[in-house]
Order: sequence, then structure tokens, then C-alpha cells
Amino acid sequence: MPQRITPLRISAFTATSAVGVGKASLLAALESSRSGLRANDFVDETAGRTPPAPLPTWIGRVEGLEDLRLPEALASWDCRNNRLAWLGLEADGFMEAVAAARGRYGPARVAVILGTSTSSIGETEAAYTRLDADGAFPADQRRARVHTPHSLSMFVQEALGLEGPNETLSTACSSSAKAFASAERMIRLGLVDAAVVGGVDTLCGSVLYGFNSLELVSPQPCRPFDAARDGISLGEAAGFALLERAEEDGAGDGARDGAAGGRLLLLGYGEASDAHHMSTPHPQGLGAERALDDALARAGVAPEDIGYINMHGTASTKNDEVEGALVKRRFPATTHASSTKGFTGHTLGAAGIVEAVISLLALETGLLPGTINTTMLDADCGPQIRLEPARADVRLALSNSFGFGGNNCSLIFGKDLQA
Amino acid sequence: MSAIPNRTPTLYIEGPAFWAPTLPGWDIARAAFTGQGAPVDPPAKRPSPQVLAPAERRRAPDTVALSLEVAAQAIAASGREARDLPCVFASAHGDLGINDYMCGTLANDPTLLSPIKFHNSVHNAAVGYWTIGTGCMAASNSLAAYESTFAAGLLETATQCAADGQAVLLVGYDMPAVGALASVTTSRGLLAVALVVSPERTERTVAAFDWSLEPGEAAIAAPRSAAAQALAANAMADALPLFEALADTDAFPATVTLPLAARLSLRLRLHRN
Repeated sequence: MPQRITPLRISAFTATSAVGVGKASLLAALESSRSGLRANDFVDETAGRTPPAPLPTWIGRVEGLEDLRLPEALASWDCRNNRLAWLGLEADGFMEAVAAARGRYGPARVAVILGTSTSSIGETEAAYTRLDADGAFPADQRRARVHTPHSLSMFVQEALGLEGPNETLSTACSSSAKAFASAERMIRLGLVDAAVVGGVDTLCGSVLYGFNSLELVSPQPCRPFDAARDGISLGEAAGFALLERAEEDGAGDGARDGAAGGRLLLLGYGEASDAHHMSTPHPQGLGAERALDDALARAGVAPEDIGYINMHGTASTKNDEVEGALVKRRFPATTHASSTKGFTGHTLGAAGIVEAVISLLALETGLLPGTINTTMLDADCGPQIRLEPARADVRLALSNSFGFGGNNCSLIFGKDLQA
Repeated sequence: MSAIPNRTPTLYIEGPAFWAPTLPGWDIARAAFTGQGAPVDPPAKRPSPQVLAPAERRRAPDTVALSLEVAAQAIAASGREARDLPCVFASAHGDLGINDYMCGTLANDPTLLSPIKFHNSVHNAAVGYWTIGTGCMAASNSLAAYESTFAAGLLETATQCAADGQAVLLVGYDMPAVGALASVTTSRGLLAVALVVSPERTERTVAAFDWSLEPGEAAIAAPRSAAAQALAANAMADALPLFEALADTDAFPATVTLPLAARLSLRLRLHRN
């Protein structure tokens, strides 16, 4: 078992998804159980001259990305994923909070660690529909730093004026959750004083047609943990958090927003592998349970201490079966658990940060989201999974993210009322 | 500015592993880097890692075959059990062959997309196959950092090793760009490297190293030997200077500076103890 870690302070955080830009839009949707999903109207740049009918599914598309323009100095990074990153960075004063941290610590002492599953592959797909006579990319697409997975983190580091360690984690749907773990280690070792973590993933042909080819996409809005669930709804999102040492004087001002002045903290994380199958979870959820146990050990807490669980809850048959059983056997019946995929869709590599933000909002505001679109809970699920939102003052929240390749990450957040 | 110093302990390298068509194995690479041997001719064919079942070995994407080969070499040379070790897989571009297939198919008829190609297209496919093949349930990671991918992977590995006090496997690999992608993505040839970073010295230790982040303009670390220079067009080439240094332990102490970004480097001071 890993040792307990010193909590890190989350001095700023934000998320932008199909329900809107920034935390206020997200909180309003969660309070009113309003879904951001819509019938698939994604303009597929990859469809070529004779686009097939759009896939009959529902998506969590972020409004306005098609018309968004990056600032001139960053224009060479243009692609849907980096546009969404920019939209996300501009929300909730996040860029200002990072600028303050840069001023406090210096640009080389702030890391940028982001997760994404597909980064800017949508732009590469688009380039393939416009190849020149030699089969090469057209001149305006010969941007090597865009057509590569690290595009996202290079863009964000440049946009934020930072010079510290910079890496892109790509472990499918656990990517942006794992960014918290990597950042905690770097801060603990004194390599940096702060880290921008999070992730961005955007809708593209690869994921729409890819998940469709695996028969994992639902023809209707996804219904996590429903007895009749029939697959996922894909979405896109950007989310970011700024991590700093909890004891740092004058670090950030995001904490002023906290309930009763409480500081929001990263308390623990767990990372583990299923060692089972590339695209289906371990049948007994052993990798997920190991991630949970490691997160509890690093936080120094027990399952009954957790007030809210944001489940991975994709609405795929297997994920929900395995995760539902894990929560049922490890948590008291009184724990409020929900999947918020019905609000945002499954935002893949961004799911970890979006759901971390939802968990932080639960600690900050006491709003525990429900599970929307679902009407009849699977009888195999435990009493922890709630369809309706609730209000309660919770001190600890758990967020699960499980990805392809059997890659699992659990995060535990808390608030410190003594601060 | 913060006064908090680096708290990076000395760490230890075990089991350096190397694979390129001209240098298929660490013993061959080490000899070539130190002028005591020559690259193989004709070049070796794609490796066939035993971690995979025979049918999977043939079907495996290039990046999976490459990375699992060096991962297994590193584990064997370290004398450790693969199932116990957290692992960090690093690749600048992932599987460029599958990316070319995906983008080409999407441009022509997206409904023909192969589900197996899709699930092999995720960046963490290689580490997924590794954990499945070895029964490893420890933490596994998959990362990219463009031209500094090996350096970022080594930083992540050393950080995880130091923070959790346990040995961690690092694997770096990249393949050539194929199809239309080759007009923008410059990676050429096959190259894979691996090593185990341990928090303590063992009888398998090859080198000890102290490490730190150095802000400011990064010096470009360039390979010195002709055998390594011939691999410089691969996107994992930022690993070459460290492996050249590990080939020549008689020259320790040695300093290797790996650029992490335009204005940041990872500095390693290699020594015997």
C-alpha cells in the first residue's frame, strides 16, 4: 500500500463542456438535471465529398468552436482541440490564476501536465480529405506540432507563458485524472512549485466511427446504470486545475469561493492496470479496486468517509456492471454516487478533469448531482447510485476514471475547514 | 521565487535495452556506440516479442512489437518480475501506421473503420498489451512530449520511482511516419529503448544518477557515434545520448543534458556509486 501524501491545494479550477462554458454553467446544469446532449449534428470534416448520413447517436458538442478564432500569436496552433482548450482556459479567471502563480514561482517552476486521448487528430483527419496531387498534406496543414499528441500541452504551455515540465498523458479515458498523480509527485519532490493539470478532448471521426465500430455507441442519450442501457454518448470538454502546496502563503485566491471558506484539496490518487483486455474491463473490477485502495491509502481515509462518488459510469454494459458492483461492495448504502455522463457525454481523455471539477463543486456547494436519462436502475447496482440530485455538506469526494487498455485512476478530493 | 530545493534522491539504472533494425539488442548497440562493433547488415526484421501469444505477435502493430521487445529485454536484464513494476511507456507519435489507416479510412468511407484498428489506435495500446501480457496490475502510463518524449518519460519515471520508493520500467519507442502523414511528421525508421529505474543499488545496477531540472536555453544533446547518428531521424532519438553514455561506463562520471522544452532541460550526472 502506498503511504499517505501531504494534501495539495487546488487554487483554481474550471471545466467547459456541452452544458456550457465554465463552472457556473456546469453547476446550473447539475442543479436542474439538464443534459447537454443533442442528436448528432457534428460536422464531420473527414467525410470527404460524399458524406454518409450522420451516425444515429447523441453527442455532447461544445457550441461555437467552429467559429472560435485563436489569438493571432497562437494562430499556428489552430485546430478544434486547441480551440476548445483556449475556450476552457479563458473561463473562471483560470488564466489570471496561472499568471499569478507564474509570478510567484517563476515560469520554469510551474508544470503543464494534460491528458487527452485523441488530441488534434481531428485536424489530421481533415488534412487527409484535402491531400495534394502527390498525396501530401496541403501547405496550410504542414504544421508538424499540430499533427501530434503533444499538440495540446505545447499549445497550453505557450498560451500560459510557462516554461516548466510539459507532458501529455494519453491513457484513453483515465488520461486527465492521471495528470493529478504525476503533478503531485513532481511537486512533492520539489521539481516544481505548482502544476496546471487537466485535459481536453474533442469530437472527431476517429472516436465517433471508432466507438461505433465497437458497437459501444447508444442511438439515444446515454443512460448510465440503467437496466436497459445500451452504450455511450460521446462528448467533448476542456478542464483545468491549478495545484500548489497547501502550506504555501498567499497561494491563489480560488479558495475564497469555497464553502465556509474551506480550501479545496487533492488528498489522494490511485493508479492501477486491469491486466485483462484492451477494450473490456476486468470482470471483477480488480484493477479499479486497486486504484480505489491506493487512493484511499494515500488520502488516509476509509470508504465510509467519502460523501460523494462521481462514477466513471459510461453507460456501456460492462463498465457499469463492474463499477456498480465495486461501489456496492465497498461503500455504505448512505454514500451518494452518480454518473454525470448523461450531462456531458463521455468526454474520453477529458472525463477525468471534468468529473474532478464536478466533485470539487460538490464539496464547495453541497450539490450532489444525480444520474440523468436513466429511468430504471440496474437491479445489480447498489443503493449508492442516485438518479436525483441532493444537497449535503460533504467533506470528501471520490472520482473514478477507467480507460481502454485497462487503465484505472481514482482521485480523492477534500475540503479543509480549518483554513 | 520559491526557496524549496529539489528533493531528488540518487537513483539507479538497471537493464538498459535497445532495439533498432541496425542495432537489434543492447549488446550490439553498446559495442557499436563504443567503436567495438558494427551495426548488423542486413538490418534485422521487426521484432517478435514473446510476451504476446503467437497469433497476436503477427497481428501486433509495429509500436506494440517494438515496445514489448525492449520492455522484455529490460525486465530480463534487471532480473525483476514484470508484474511487480509500474511502467511508463513514452512515444512521441504513437502508432503512425494506424493513424494513417484511420485518417485514410475516415476520408474515404468511415463506416469501414476496423474495430481492432480503432482499439489499437489509442496511445496506450502498447502499455495495455504489456500489462495484459505480463499480468501487471501496477500503475501504467503512456505519454508524449514531441521532440522531448524520452526526456519527459525519464522524468516521469524517475519522479514516480523517487516518490513511491519503488522500481519503475521506462519504455520509449517510435516508428516511421507512413502515407500522407510522412509529409509533416518527420519520424523515420524504428527505434525502441527501455530501462528500469530503481530507488536502490542492486547487483544489476549499471549506473547511478543524480538529476535536476535546469531552466534556460536547452543545449541540444546530439548523438556522438556514427551508429547512433544514423538513428537520429527517429522521434525517440532524444534517448540516444543517454544510451551512448550508458554504453561507456568507463567514462563515468558523465553528464547528459536532455532538453525537455525550449527553456528547460533534464540534467543527469551518471556515476558508479
